[in-house]
This record gives sequence, C-alpha cells and structure tokens, in this order.
Amino acid sequence: MATPLSLKELSKKEILLSSGHRMCSGCGAPIVVKMVLLAADYPVIACSSTGCLEVSTCISHYTAWKIPWIHSAFENAAATLSGVETMYKSLKKQGKLNDDIKFIAFCGDGGTYDIGFQSLSGAMERGHDMLYICYDNGAYMNTGIQRSSATPLGADTTTCPAGTVIPGKQQQRKDLTKIMADHGIPYVAQASISNWSDLMKKVRKALEIKGPKFMNILAPCNRGWRSRNDDAVMLSRLAVETCYWPLYEIENGDIKITFKPKEKKPLNEFLKTQGRFRHLFSPENEWLLKKSQEDIDRNWERLLREEACVLGGQPAETTEADQ
Amino acid sequence: MSNIYAVTGNEAVANALRQINPDVCAAYPITPQTDLMQRFASFVSDGLVDTEMILVESEHSAMSACVGASAAGGRAVTATSGPGLALMWEILFVASGMRLPILMPVVNRSLSAPLNIHGDHSDAMGARDSGWVQLWSENAQEAYDNTVQALLIAEHMDIRLPIMVCLDGFIISHSIERVEYLDDDIVKNFVGTYKPQNPLLDIQHPKSIGPLILPDLYTEYKRTQHEAMSKVKNIVLKTADDFAKISGRKYSLFETYRLDDAEIGIVILNSAAGTTKDVIDIYREKGIKVGLLKPRLFRPFPYEEIRETLQHLKALCVLDRCDSFGAFGPLYTEIASSLYLSENKPIMINKIYGLGGRDYMPEHAKIVIEELIEIANTGKVKLFKDYLGVRE
Amino acid sequence: MKLKGWKEITPGAVILEAGSSAEFKTGSWRAYKPVWIKENCIQCLFCWLYCPDMAIKVKDGKREEFDYDYCKGCGICALECPGKKGKKAIVMEEEGN
Repeated sequence: MATPLSLKELSKKEILLSSGHRMCSGCGAPIVVKMVLLAADYPVIACSSTGCLEVSTCISHYTAWKIPWIHSAFENAAATLSGVETMYKSLKKQGKLNDDIKFIAFCGDGGTYDIGFQSLSGAMERGHDMLYICYDNGAYMNTGIQRSSATPLGADTTTCPAGTVIPGKQQQRKDLTKIMADHGIPYVAQASISNWSDLMKKVRKALEIKGPKFMNILAPCNRGWRSRNDDAVMLSRLAVETCYWPLYEIENGDIKITFKPKEKKPLNEFLKTQGRFRHLFSPENEWLLKKSQEDIDRNWERLLREEACVLGGQPAETTEADQ
Repeated sequence: MSNIYAVTGNEAVANALRQINPDVCAAYPITPQTDLMQRFASFVSDGLVDTEMILVESEHSAMSACVGASAAGGRAVTATSGPGLALMWEILFVASGMRLPILMPVVNRSLSAPLNIHGDHSDAMGARDSGWVQLWSENAQEAYDNTVQALLIAEHMDIRLPIMVCLDGFIISHSIERVEYLDDDIVKNFVGTYKPQNPLLDIQHPKSIGPLILPDLYTEYKRTQHEAMSKVKNIVLKTADDFAKISGRKYSLFETYRLDDAEIGIVILNSAAGTTKDVIDIYREKGIKVGLLKPRLFRPFPYEEIRETLQHLKALCVLDRCDSFGAFGPLYTEIASSLYLSENKPIMINKIYGLGGRDYMPEHAKIVIEELIEIANTGKVKLFKDYLGVRE
Repeated sequence: MKLKGWKEITPGAVILEAGSSAEFKTGSWRAYKPVWIKENCIQCLFCWLYCPDMAIKVKDGKREEFDYDYCKGCGICALECPGKKGKKAIVMEEEGN
C-alpha cells in the first residue's frame, strides 16, 4: 500500500538521505532527493553523476545515502545505472534474485544536458527500466558556476560573465524536457519542489511505469543564482508562477500541464531576485529582458496548444496542484 | 567427438565467452572486434547463454555499463579495439579503482590519426597504467585459453581487478587457425560460480560505491591496488597449472624459445613471435645462438623472472608494435627496467615495427638478428631506437 | 581521529555503513539559528518537508525541536512557515547572541 500523500503520513517514513551531507546551506538539490525518496514506496538503488550532490553526499567514509548508491564518473550515470539495472534483470531471470527494485539516477544539468547527454539518450533509447532525474540548477555549480546548456539567457556565470561588451549568456536554454519527450519514452515530466505533491505524484506515476522515464526538477542554487539562502522554495514557486518552469508531464506522447497559474506573473519577478540577472535591469540590456519574456511566453503558448491538441481541440481544463 | 576446429581468433574468443556464460555483456561495434561481439550476440539470441546484452551507444558507455553491472554483483564482459579502448580510458581507471573483475578481450588496433583500422599495440599499451591485468596472446588458441583463464585471475579474492586479454587485430582476429576447444562442462566447472563482493543489489545492506576521496586517503586506496597487483603473478601461475590439468596446455608468465643457451635474443609480443621463432630456427641451423622471449603477463610485469631469463645474453632487441613518441617503446622500457639490477646485462636495442597492420615478415626478423650478431661481436650500437620496415 | 592505514580500508572504497554522514555534524556552519515558537505552530510540516538537511525532528506525524547538530541555518523553514494568524512559528536569530 502506498503511503498517502499527506505530510503527516509521509513524516512517519524514514528519509533515505541522511543529515550530515555537505551541500551548501539552503541548497535545492537535497530537497529534490528527499522528496523523490519520500514518494518512492519501493526499494531504490540510486546513481549520481559527478557533481555537487555526489561529492557532498559521499565523501571519505561518510555517506548520506541510506539506499544502495553508485557514482562512477561525470558523463556516464545513465550508462552506469543501465549496467546495474541489466545485472538486476539478468540475475532475476536466472532466479538468483527476488527483490523488486527501482532504479533512479540523480544528476545535475551539466551531467545531463551536456557531457552526459549521449549516455542518457542511449539509455533511454535502449529502454532500461529506470527513472532519470535531473536536478537542474542551470550551471556547473560544483566547479564554480560555469555556463551549461541549461543556463538561461542573459545569466551571468563565471564563463559567460556579464561584461561591458557581452551581457552574460547569449543563448537560450536547451529545452531538455522536450528533447527527452521526443525520445518517445513512456513518461517525461517537469516538476518543482514548491509543488511537492505534484512532484511526488509524478515520481510515483513514473515508478509504476515500466521502461525509461525522465524528470527535470528545478533545483535553486543560492551561490550560483546569487540569491538568499532561504529562498530555494520561494524561487521555485516564482519560476512556476512566471511559467519560467512550467509543470507538465508527457505520458505516452500526450502532454498534460499539471499546474496553470491563475495569473501568469511577469518573468522579471523571478529574475530580479537573483544577482545573476542584475545586469539585465540596466537600460542597455532591456532588450534581453524583453527577449527572455518573449521566449517564456512562446514556450508557454506552445505547451497550451499542445495540450489543447491532446484534448481534441477543447480548451484545457484548469488544474492546480497543491502548493 | 573432436574438439578441434578451424576458427578465427574472434570466433575462438566468442566461444570462450559463451562457455563462461557471463551475466551481462555490453557491446559496441568497432573494427576489428565487431565480429567477436556479433558472434556472441547470436549466442544470446539463440538462448545458448543466460547473458543479458546491453547494446550501448559508445565504448565509453560500454565500460560504464560494465562498471554498473559488475558493481551490482555479477559477471560483466565487453570487448573493444583501438579507438574504442581509447574512449573508455577514463572508465578503465574507475573499473580498477572500484576493484571490479570485468573481463575485456582487446583486439589490438592502432590509433588515429591517420585513421587506420589494422593491428598494432598502441591501444592496450596506452592503457597499461590503468590498473588492469593484461594477458597477451600469440594466436587464436592462446586467445581462447587466456580468456578461459582470465576470470579466475580477475575474480580471485586477493585480486578483484579487471583483466584484458589482448590479441592482434586482423592477423589473429580474422585469420583462421586450428583451435582446440575444451568441453562446455569443463570450462563451466573451471570458471566456477561468481562470488560477489559488496554487491550493490544486496538491498538489505545498502552500500555507497564511488565516494569522493581526499588527499588524506587517496594514496591508501592506490596502495591497495598495488598490493593486489603484487599478488597477480602467483595467481596467474596457479591458474595456469590448473588449466594445464584440464587442457594439457602449459602457460606461464612468458614463453621462451631456444633461449637457455642463447647469446642474442629478441623480445616480442603476440602474433609476430611466431614468425620470429621460424627465423630463429633458420639461424640456429647456421649455428647462431639466438632465442626469443614472448611476454604473456604484461601487467603486472614480471621483472625478476624476466631478469633471470635474459641477463645472460650479450645483445638483445626488444620489438615494440607501437611507439612511445620521444621515448623508447613501452615493452623496451619494461625489459630495460628488468635488467637494470643485473650486473652483466645485454646491450639492448629497440625496434618499432608493424604499425597500423604493416606486415612483420621473416626478413624483418633477419635484419634484427644480423644487427644483434654485429652488436654482440663489436659491442657497438648504431642506433638504440629505430623503426623497422619503414621506407626512407 | 586516527586516519586508517591501507590495510584497514575497504578495497574499492566501498562504504559499508549506510547513512554514516550522520557522524558529520554540520550545525557549526550556522550563522543564523531558527527558533521554533511552539504556540504559533499549526503542524503543517512544511518546515520538515523543505528542510534540506533533515534537521527537524518529527514524532507521530508532528514536528518537534530542531536538530541543531545538523541545521545549517538556511532559513527556508522560517520563510515557508505559514504561522498562525500572521505570527510565524519559526524565526531566525543570529548565532552567538
């Protein structure tokens, strides 16, 4: 029986990520892991790519993981986990193992969008029974806030610094969630820690589906975003309400938007809280703010159209996930 | 029924893998290994093995999948060649550092550029410091026999290290030779059942594998790898003894040919050793005391035993089928290290030969022997390192 | 702590004790300290849910005191706390005051 999705009941479960990990104060990534593991009612084996989460949760003889966990390198979490999953399949087939185990990868955007993309794409195409979760903080935070293909337009990072000639990152983010959906895998979703119930429902749905699943979860990084230590959840909420980070799922090719803000907030409300976008508010960079808003609007309209299409041309029903 | 077949090296190794029956096999096509995994895939498709295949999107993922599969708690194998091994390079160290007994036949091939698909030893020599045990094979029979013996070495509880079985691309992988197979049951018993060590799939005892280790402990972990390597030699010999009992074929750390009373000698790896032996016979008939040493275990390198075997020579040529640009060839360097502690060491020269599949012909061995005769007589060396069989 | 020698460590750097990071107390990182004002607490458990450091103890579905051994003082709990009638159940105080 699945644990009811009430915080009271969930709080009776053991959290399978221990205290004593060394993620920065106020980091969003351990909240992602915590929620995913709370949602899972199965034994889980996890795999991480090299990155903040990996080095901070497993260092020397200290591990924060209370479940079996493996890290092998930066660019190969999906391939490594596909090996674990295949050995499981083989031993189970041979009658050497009886447990019912789920396999989850927790990797940052650098290890997912960029250097690990081939490995991820291959594992998804091969159909391994695994859930790959990207905790997306929009840059290489572990090495010191370098630009990744998940870094948003205009952001100031250490390798695309906002200078007097070039005002931060000049390219849009890669829409990885869409790219993963285009792999034709059975389940793809985007989630946010601010909408915990929506996140957990998606994890549960994913774990019930056999085959490859992908979830992209926003994970604010106060160091890289140059925001306050206490605002990981608040910024996630603003990202959702501005439609910077739309919440949706794509099940067998059909998209469903799982949260529609009653009133879509201007993107500036999300951007202005973060030092990485401060330079955008200078008059000479106004065009970048405008372009960012246009990109967000276009993407949101596209999602609405795609959903309407799934619903047979009917206007999409408004759903609001728990806050 | 006879167990003697006319097969290619790839076919023989694929058959050894079938008899081993690994739990997981990751495969990615690369010439000249491709045909080996194709054959193994057909065993999987025909239900002749319990193996689950992972048909990965690169060699990097092949080795990564083997790391995951082996850490999970079962037997994992893959095979590769040249650039494929080069692409795996980072993960080779992960496999050995995690002490995972993965088995990988390496069908030796050159490295680009220029692009070349043929046999030389640049690939495996480039990986010689990766913490893998390396067995080298002269012909299809040795490649088969080494593959059967490899897991007993890799999986020994004192060792737990990954192992490569090297065979020359095309020259051995694609040539048909006489090979004597062992019976399936005999190989099955010889290889035995797998004993997992700290398997990830044991969910009752959750483990974390692959931590970040800082300078205060990293050296200690490397020291454990050194320790395991130091025990490999004895396990290789013990395994060879056990193998001789089931096959009648005797193996050691290296093979010697007409070396005991020799005054000049040649050290050479893999398929070119056969050609060299023929030429040695011709010179022996002329009364020239020449012999050969062919290493089998290259990592760990049996320095002492090789010193004992070679130190009586007057002149010695080490032939390397790959170059270490700006330095002596990798095999030469090891042989020189072996002989350093010896008081009366031979004069040593190094020849780079057979690159990118260039044929090594009897006349090449003759050139080397003639030069060694002159060095032994005069004590003079024209060039310590030179290319053999190259056009000016 | 005495560092282990190479003969005492697990080959392959496998960590056999799950959750051993609990030995590593991160409470000393704190510059600000969350203080729980029990009378303003409606037991919504958002603080427990959002705490990145698992530093809020719970018992029988109700929150108890902070676990200051691990709390890094990020303040997410205080910011997200809905409180009771506009009064926060968690406030942040500077450490060492």
